[in-house]
Amino acid sequence: MAIFYILLLFILIAAVIAVETNDLLSSVICVGAIGFSGSLMFLFMQAPDIAITQIVVEVLGLIILIRATISRDLTFISGDREFFGVVVSVVILFAIFLAGQTVLRTLPDFGTPAFVAAAQNCDLPAPAAQTYIAEGMQKTGAANLVSAVILDFRAYDTLGEATVLFTSIIGATVILRKDSRRLGEEINE
Amino acid sequence: MEQKQRNSNVAQKEKISNGVKGMTIIVKTIGSWAKVLIFLFGIYIVLFGHLTPGGGFAGGVMIASAYVLLMLAFGGEFVKQNLSPSLALKLACAGTLAFAAIAVAGFFYGPDGFFWNFIGQEWLAGESSNLHFINAGIIMLAELAVGVIVAAAIFLVIFTFSTFKFDVSDNQKE
Repeated sequence: MAIFYILLLFILIAAVIAVETNDLLSSVICVGAIGFSGSLMFLFMQAPDIAITQIVVEVLGLIILIRATISRDLTFISGDREFFGVVVSVVILFAIFLAGQTVLRTLPDFGTPAFVAAAQNCDLPAPAAQTYIAEGMQKTGAANLVSAVILDFRAYDTLGEATVLFTSIIGATVILRKDSRRLGEEINE
Repeated sequence: MEQKQRNSNVAQKEKISNGVKGMTIIVKTIGSWAKVLIFLFGIYIVLFGHLTPGGGFAGGVMIASAYVLLMLAFGGEFVKQNLSPSLALKLACAGTLAFAAIAVAGFFYGPDGFFWNFIGQEWLAGESSNLHFINAGIIMLAELAVGVIVAAAIFLVIFTFSTFKFDVSDNQKE
């Protein structure tokens, strides 16, 4: 359990550096360090699928996307912060933290399946998640239970996710074409 | 000697004009070795998604990152000849079509056969667990389709956003 506190300290230090530094590239690298330590946390919680996806999307996707699109003459942030804005954000965050303390105490322990506990409280039969864990490998033949769930039991959700990704990429590519129409240009028939 | 200098200047201007410049020769050499390993590893993660952790999404982003490494090291013009944005769009469309076709093909197996796993699975209860390469039904085909979609989409996003130049001069003509 001590490793989680060490990683949390690392995330806090990286977040403070990312906010306070003036160089844009340094703050982007610190955001990548936050994602990397989050991936380590997932590894220690025995979830390798999420760890691979986290490090691939955060470090490769986000950081390299920012690096590839940053222009050469915008590497220093200038300007001060508003005092009133900082005070209002701190007060709101503190209020949410106090309210969250009361709510988080009513949740079950870390690691217990929430639906099983709720079903046992209401005297219902075991929910679908336990059926997936018990019979997943027999019914699908896949050793990786995460792939079996997202591509066989719940494949409809993956179809929706692939369609959303595809549609957003098509939209972005259409808008950012090289020969798009300028503002005020006449349409020739 | 001067002719070579002038040729390299012209080549430098052509590289800059596309939005992403190349890098030094050290990055180019290491990049040309590393891209093969990254591409191969990405294909492995996609193909064995039903046996080892990973799956189509993470493997697709790894395949796209091999091309992003090429773009950062050699410039945007080089990647445009290898994998043009129109080809990437066609690959994304083909991947989505394949995924939907796998889903609809289950309709041949009954009225409620949407996404039915119609390829036989070879894991019987009681046998020794020899996990073969092809024993999970449509999961591998769907994994391949998702990998192609994600690879084409992520590469298209990064390439389009880095080679896009916002023309302010045309707005000022009005």
